[in-house]
Amino acid sequence: MSKSLLTTTAAAALIAAGLSTAAQAADCPIKVGVLHSLSGTMAISETTLKDTMLMLVDQQNAAGGVLGCELEAVVVDPASDWPLFAEKARELLTVHEVDVIFGNWTSVSRKSVLPVIEELNGLLFYPVQYEGEESSKNVFYTGAAPNQQAIPATDYFLEELEVEKFALLGTDYVYPRTTNNILESYLQQKGIAAEDIFVNYTPFGHSDWSKIVADVVALGADGKKVGVISTINGDANVGFYKELAAAGISADDIPVVAFSVGEEELAGLDTSNLVGHLAAWNYFQSAESEANEMWVESWKAAMGEERVTNDPMEAHYIGFNMWVNAATTAGTTDVDAVRTAMYGQEFPNLTGGTAVMLPNHHLAKPVLIGEIQEDGQFDIISQTEEVPGDAWTDFLPESAVLVSDWKELGCGMYNTETKTCVQIKSNY
Amino acid sequence: MTDAVLSQPSRSPFAMRHPSVLVFLVVLGLFTVAITVLSEGFGLGMISTSFVKTLGKTLCLCLVALAMDLVWGYCGILSLGHMAFFGIGGYAIGMWLMYERTRLIVVDSLAAAELPPTVQEISDGIATQIFGVVGASEFPPIWAVAHSLPLQLAAVVLVPGLLALIFGWLAFRSRVTGVYLSILTQAMTLALSLYLFQNDSGLRGNNGLSGLQNLPGLDDLPQSIVSVWFFWASALALGAGYLFCAWLVSGKFGSVIRAIRDDEARVRFLGYPVEGFKLLVFSVTAIIAGIAGALYYPQAGIINPAEIAPIASIYLAVWVAIGGRGRLYGAVIGAAFVSLLSTWFTGGQAPDLVLGPLVVQWVDWWTVLLGLSFVAVTLFAPKGIGGLFDLIADRRSPNRHGAALGPDPGALREREASE
Amino acid sequence: MKPNFLRALIWVLCLPAAPAWAQDADAPIQQLLQEHAKVIAKSSRKTIGPAIDALAASGLPEAKTVLERWQAKDMWYGKEDGLFVFAEKVDRKTLRIFDVSDGSEIGTVDPKTHKQLKPNSGIRGLIGAALVQFQLNDPDPAARLTALDAIERDANASHLTALRGAIENEPDDRIRARKMRLERLLTIRFGTDDAERIAAIDSFESDLGVDVRATLNPLIESRLEVAKEAPAGYDVLRVLQPGSEDLTRAAAHALLVESGFSAPVITRDDKRAALIANIRNGSVGGVQVADLNTDAARDLAYAELARAGAVDAVATAADIDAALAAHVFFERVVGAPPLVAHAALEALEAIETRVAMARTADLLLDGMSLASIYFLAAIGLAITFGVMGVINMAHGEFIMMGAYTGYVVQLLIPDYTVSILVALPLAFAVTFGAGVAMERLVIRWLYHRPLETLLATFGISIALQQIAKNIFGTQARPLTSPDWLDGSLIVNDIVSISYIRIAIFILALLFLALFLFLMNRTRLGLEVRAVTQNPRMAGSVGINPDRINMLTFGLGSGIAGIAGVAIGLYAKVTSEMGQDYIVQSFMTVVVGGVGNIWGTLVGATMVGFLQKGIEWMNPSNTLAAQTYMILFIILFIQFRPRGIIALKGRAAEA
Repeated sequence: MSKSLLTTTAAAALIAAGLSTAAQAADCPIKVGVLHSLSGTMAISETTLKDTMLMLVDQQNAAGGVLGCELEAVVVDPASDWPLFAEKARELLTVHEVDVIFGNWTSVSRKSVLPVIEELNGLLFYPVQYEGEESSKNVFYTGAAPNQQAIPATDYFLEELEVEKFALLGTDYVYPRTTNNILESYLQQKGIAAEDIFVNYTPFGHSDWSKIVADVVALGADGKKVGVISTINGDANVGFYKELAAAGISADDIPVVAFSVGEEELAGLDTSNLVGHLAAWNYFQSAESEANEMWVESWKAAMGEERVTNDPMEAHYIGFNMWVNAATTAGTTDVDAVRTAMYGQEFPNLTGGTAVMLPNHHLAKPVLIGEIQEDGQFDIISQTEEVPGDAWTDFLPESAVLVSDWKELGCGMYNTETKTCVQIKSNY
Repeated sequence: MTDAVLSQPSRSPFAMRHPSVLVFLVVLGLFTVAITVLSEGFGLGMISTSFVKTLGKTLCLCLVALAMDLVWGYCGILSLGHMAFFGIGGYAIGMWLMYERTRLIVVDSLAAAELPPTVQEISDGIATQIFGVVGASEFPPIWAVAHSLPLQLAAVVLVPGLLALIFGWLAFRSRVTGVYLSILTQAMTLALSLYLFQNDSGLRGNNGLSGLQNLPGLDDLPQSIVSVWFFWASALALGAGYLFCAWLVSGKFGSVIRAIRDDEARVRFLGYPVEGFKLLVFSVTAIIAGIAGALYYPQAGIINPAEIAPIASIYLAVWVAIGGRGRLYGAVIGAAFVSLLSTWFTGGQAPDLVLGPLVVQWVDWWTVLLGLSFVAVTLFAPKGIGGLFDLIADRRSPNRHGAALGPDPGALREREASE
Repeated sequence: MKPNFLRALIWVLCLPAAPAWAQDADAPIQQLLQEHAKVIAKSSRKTIGPAIDALAASGLPEAKTVLERWQAKDMWYGKEDGLFVFAEKVDRKTLRIFDVSDGSEIGTVDPKTHKQLKPNSGIRGLIGAALVQFQLNDPDPAARLTALDAIERDANASHLTALRGAIENEPDDRIRARKMRLERLLTIRFGTDDAERIAAIDSFESDLGVDVRATLNPLIESRLEVAKEAPAGYDVLRVLQPGSEDLTRAAAHALLVESGFSAPVITRDDKRAALIANIRNGSVGGVQVADLNTDAARDLAYAELARAGAVDAVATAADIDAALAAHVFFERVVGAPPLVAHAALEALEAIETRVAMARTADLLLDGMSLASIYFLAAIGLAITFGVMGVINMAHGEFIMMGAYTGYVVQLLIPDYTVSILVALPLAFAVTFGAGVAMERLVIRWLYHRPLETLLATFGISIALQQIAKNIFGTQARPLTSPDWLDGSLIVNDIVSISYIRIAIFILALLFLALFLFLMNRTRLGLEVRAVTQNPRMAGSVGINPDRINMLTFGLGSGIAGIAGVAIGLYAKVTSEMGQDYIVQSFMTVVVGGVGNIWGTLVGATMVGFLQKGIEWMNPSNTLAAQTYMILFIILFIQFRPRGIIALKGRAAEA
């Protein structure tokens, strides 16, 4: 016991010291919190984003900082441990007193952080595509909402590939569950019969795919074209695509569109058998634009030639630059002032066109569909106009009546039928 | 409980006979007072709220480590499933916290509607709010009593207790012992966590229950206060738990379970219902673990199935082993020491270790160190940190003339232990 | 005319800048492309049809090349002049362009001046279908096969005639057989004469191909209809009872409402909206608004409103019952003429029973494959745990070490076949070494303390996992199988198994044989058995128990390493892969019975088949299968604590 007491006092002293220095220099430097896992299962994805943030902060400092101040990145490691995310967020906001946080990857980690951010009125930029059905006053969602990824990809299946029968394969967690729910509802509205939608959930890291792939092939028996919409996450994709290749299923027979497979994930695979299968994102490294070329070049220069860029990195790129511009407009880094200044902020996408921050805290971004190539990159075969992100999907009855508008209505969950705000805090 | 113990007329007070209990309770009390005084909510504000929460959670971990020590260190059952009971306790309390918080929100928002809401509408509204994020909108049967705090509190105790009772009855009845039992308990944990990972389990799958730190109806209360409340509750629970465990192991009951640990067959031949004793210890410790979990997760804020994964229970065994099995304060010290050290090392605050050209970043290498130190403790210091106290107290193990110390034919022998 | 003029102007303007440009803008094929330039550039399957048809029907000799190059994403168009060219990218800054009419090189340009056409796979399918007419009689067999693939994917009526004309002169027997089969399938789909369609259907009576069912099923497509009395026609497929599995009461009633035979039911939300719309002076239909907090009160208020005519009446439960009873629901064939449909139905029914049989066979094959994987993962444990009684929780990490060894070997040796041949023994060597080291350093001191062994090996497992993470990262690493292990052994469209799984199966059998040979026929096996049964006695007859223990443990670990390579080939290589197998492996050994390799085999078989069986019963959730399997095993062990094949007598005491 005495030992832990010792640790306590030591830690307390440390923290107290940290507090007093923060109090002395209230304005400069401006602190930017980075809340990405640097260890544990999510480290591989999130470390990239931490590096992205450090690079962006460096670039901004080289360009003169913000409001005459240097930016200082405060990096903490929540270690892929969801309760730890809440703890670290509290630490960032109360101990380090950061002005803004860029962080999180998984939905469950975001749900863990939400109550803390809302309690302490922080500001979080969340860069990953997610399931929607949420709108927090204190979070800007720079990744894709379902209508910016899943719905356009499904439209592509319906219209361009004339798929008539859908296999929705996902890992069993919130993003695939909600996305598939939305898609089921959407497909039925588009005239696809319920029995033509096959849904399957597998555990994280699932490896035995033979039966599921066989089931998908068997779907073709009634003469309808089958397509697979995959929300399979992480490692499990390796086994899935291997089994797909082994079964000799080409993208021309049964196309697969994935929402969680990007450049990083393909690095773990031999892609020669997967050529032609699809992925839908708001960004691909292969996007052709001046800004993207510069971005990829500076990334490779900083991190190494073999490193790839991906969609969440672009989300941070846009989010960070918008925050810089909003803080400059507001003349302060105060959370409420910056939030107000964020609405309507515009910033050029890396894929061409302009991203706009909407009053529902989502971006308007174009949707890209790419075909997997032999070299592990994507060939962009379809790019839409900017699609405004929708916090509450229009394709589920209980969400269709909800809108989020923090600018005019000051509510993230406004029921348009009863004309009331269901709640100010978000649901977590 | 304490009264009953203290008022035994014929002997000197319980605490007097066991000075270590008194020392522990005094230290715990002083520690609680010190933290309260230093906290943001009640005192000088020298300790941040997040650190108070960390300490409160650590106390809960100490409590579950106590349970583990009772079942493993004293009774010889290496259970790799007690974190499952810990998690169940967390889920039980979490369900009420989520339900009630959501209910308040829904009732508020429906109060403005043009028609007064029906019971069904309120229930549907709550279900949509809670399960909307996992793509469902109906209450699964498992939430049947989530509206009632007393019933869910009862569940904190009853569900882990009953699960342990059923599992233990099946296992002990068919004489599954030793490593087989360990693997079986691990399989149980794995099955439970896999089950909870499913959305169909009705407990929000991988997302688990979140926002548990917000007590329903107390929205205006800052977390700096709530955190100290929970810290007090955890300290109280740990103190009570310690007293209870100390009382349990001090009497005849304690002698029997230690005897079971050392030689099960002999105890059985002496006419004791070995299975009954084991079952009782297994279930009681499961209940303690459940209570610890119910206090832990409102401080952590979120519970999800990953918390129940087999590795968590293994860490629990690690804490107890490092702290020192078979002594209650050993378990507490082990849990507090290792978990706080873990927090420190993985938090990125620990300075990198520079070995010439090699830079050891503790975030990456801490787990390796932990794993290896575990091997080292098993091999070289079976008494763990608690052994240090023996050195100080200059206590020697009794000489058993080289006999076996453990339950198996080839258990640790006196000679090996003293080497 | 205007675009032409503009183009000429641009052409003139560009002339001095790019003298190498000598593109034939007036070639007929270019003209044709220009005519459809808009839809081609838009590149959408919905609108592209006319362009492809025009090209295919143009009769121009270049059309085939243009279609092929377009399909291969080789066609670009100038951003300024709009002219189509073939192009290949030399590097990031240069694009070499060729004329579409004769393929002659025009020169090199900056890629920014041109835009690549990227037909998606839908368009590529359409192009492929259009190319069929050129390819069916192509001298190159590969081209003919491409054409057949295209027909299979995207057939249209014109293919039937083309195909019929291409069968006679087909020199290759296998291709001819495929053509003939395809011709019969197309006859079923597009044939004009009922008799020939039925004949074609009958010829497929026992065919398990997915394509056959895919052709037949649309023929029996039916529409649900309702009438007062069942009609007698031959086109009525079957009569359905409301409330049965195929027709729920709600669906039946919805059909009645749609046909106007019954009043609709109202949803709770609609009812609420109707009530709100009719609030007058704080009450609705005579009920105070404040009292409308139960469904009963709302029903009452609504009924009152309906009586007053303010809202539409809704059907009550009794109304619905009556309406359902008064009508007949039946399915009417709409997919094909009744005769053809009935023939198709008969053929499908005959096929269905065979399909069910084939499915079972496939499931058994899957189960067998999974069993062999579990067996392979567990066989090392069968030695260390089963024979020696040492509980090694780091066994999974040995599997992982083997897999990473394979990965590292593949990094160094690019040839997959050679690398696998090197990786297998190397993985054995690495994990053998690791096992021996672990035995010497840790386990040796803990032989009589199983619980401590368990904990210490757990410590090692945690450390090894983290070390692997530190070295290789947390992302899955590729371990690619050689070409000859790619693909599947396909019996028919239902029963198939990938070669890699067959290889694992064979590997498992080999190890079983090796184990049996080693234990029963060699001196080492004899000594191992002696040492495990009674180390002191073994020691006194001249066996060195230390050495034997070390070697046995090394052997068990080494086999785990080889299993790691195999598992990595079929699934993935991550630092956590060992965790996926450790509990299952222990379960396999314990369920089967400790100390007996046959027990492990039976255990693996049981676990594998059980998991597949549960998956089959609950296909939408694979996670549940794992949970139930573990629960089953826990229960199973309660009733047979010593496993399926329990050792008896003295061996059991050891």
